[in-house]
Amino acid sequence: MSQESSTPNSAALPESWSPPPLIKSPLLRWALLLGIVLYLYLSVGSLEINWSRIYAGLDRGAKFVYGFMNPNFAGRWTDISEGMIESLVMTVTSTAIGIAISIPIGFGAASNLAPLPVYLFCRGIIALSRSFQEIIVAILFVAIFGFGPLAGVLTLSFATIGFLSKLLAEDIESIDRSQAEAVKATGAPWWQWINFGIQPQIMPRLIGLSLYRLDINFRESAVVGLVGAGGIGATLNTAFDRYEYDTAAAILILIIGIVMLSEYISGYIRAGVQ
Amino acid sequence: MLEIKQLVKKYKTGDVALNGVDLKVEKGQVMALIGPSGAGKSTLIRCVNRLETPTSGEIWLNGENIVKLRSGKLRKARRNMGMIFQEYALVERLTVMENVLSGRLGYVGFWRSYLRKFPQADVQAAFRLLEKVGLEKMVNKRADELSGGQRQRVGIARALIQNPDILLVDEPTASLDPKTSRQIMRLITELCEEQQLAAIINIHDVALAQMFAERIVGLREGKIVYDGSPDDLKPDVLTEIYGEEDWTAVRKRKAKISTDSEVDDESVSAEHMAEML
Repeated sequence: MSQESSTPNSAALPESWSPPPLIKSPLLRWALLLGIVLYLYLSVGSLEINWSRIYAGLDRGAKFVYGFMNPNFAGRWTDISEGMIESLVMTVTSTAIGIAISIPIGFGAASNLAPLPVYLFCRGIIALSRSFQEIIVAILFVAIFGFGPLAGVLTLSFATIGFLSKLLAEDIESIDRSQAEAVKATGAPWWQWINFGIQPQIMPRLIGLSLYRLDINFRESAVVGLVGAGGIGATLNTAFDRYEYDTAAAILILIIGIVMLSEYISGYIRAGVQ
Repeated sequence: MLEIKQLVKKYKTGDVALNGVDLKVEKGQVMALIGPSGAGKSTLIRCVNRLETPTSGEIWLNGENIVKLRSGKLRKARRNMGMIFQEYALVERLTVMENVLSGRLGYVGFWRSYLRKFPQADVQAAFRLLEKVGLEKMVNKRADELSGGQRQRVGIARALIQNPDILLVDEPTASLDPKTSRQIMRLITELCEEQQLAAIINIHDVALAQMFAERIVGLREGKIVYDGSPDDLKPDVLTEIYGEEDWTAVRKRKAKISTDSEVDDESVSAEHMAEML
């Protein structure tokens, strides 16, 4: 019975299979591909490349690279260490302030916890913080508070809020509802419900994100220093201005080292808090 | 003690989960709520705890209409209802002890619970309950390290430490193997008897319901279609609860298996019925 029916059946079935294309219409598919290639060709063609300027710059580039081969830590060590310490202080302070502000905003921006007006308000703050790049914010704060690390700390805190609140809110929105519900069902008041039902679920992510942000803030502290907001960036800027590429190299190497170290430590901590 | 009057729950999607349910549960009575998926069993007990808000109707517990309660009073009322869930719903990253003690959150102030400094009486009660459910050695384990049966025992301890008047139990055995299922059902019913607790137990497994409950209520499409003793749960009743088509198919199969037994002859044995369902 099974043999009889299987022969004509299998003859009617297809012999091969390939996955359906992402874009159904072949015309559209090929037109898009051709369009992309054409666009790339034209945009590369529109770049104006000044070869003589590049040739002149090669010399400076070589000096730069040469400087990197011979980083000079000793020459301006006082400036470097002061800038580095200032950067680290800025990093830790701004991360701590940022986290402290981000947690309530993150809770407010979680649609499964916050009532609509609170949600919209907190999402508004996040959108505001995310829409401005650190440099722009730093320029604004330098204009308001003057040169120095205060402007830098405020810039990085402000940027931390947009980053941390948004990702925290998303983590809260994706919690396991039943765990939180079970705590609510015992008659727990709101704060205890948060403490027992929500917090344990988001804690690993909060710790991981905070450490990650610490990393980012350190790197950004070097960047905002370029516009006068203090930290190692200011020292780096001075070194470039004086064509002291060996000192600049020393600073960059230190930044790379610290970022790698913090990457290693935060990875270790994150693995521990799962 | 618990009295539900004309309870209706319509979801925003337009689905009617409960369509005028009247139900009375006395102190110390263990009641099994059976019915097909989507009959409204979960919705019913979730309405009692107000995890869902009923569309209309009344739910009276200890002389209070739960449906009318708001925030503070609702939390107080919830303390008297212990809930046990299908997927255990333990807070996975908390220890067994913290999960059990979370049943006392309605009674303990914020800082005490935040610092995990629960009153001694609560901690003693937690130890006692954990011993009773056989987990006294697991106190400091994280909930996600436990097996399904162990988790459900923690869930039971969490519900009981509330010192509730009624247990609301939602499919306690649906994620467990048959042996563990029986152990869990036995534990729940024994504890109910011991503490004179009423219980509403939603359960798919008709055989288990018959084995452990003193009263069975059948729900179909949001309406109660059967309310009686487990022994009167005859095939025609099951037909009414679970639907005609399924049941006739099973009857045919049964006729095939044993030629001499008549369907309306006797009540089918619990084991057999479980197999057929």
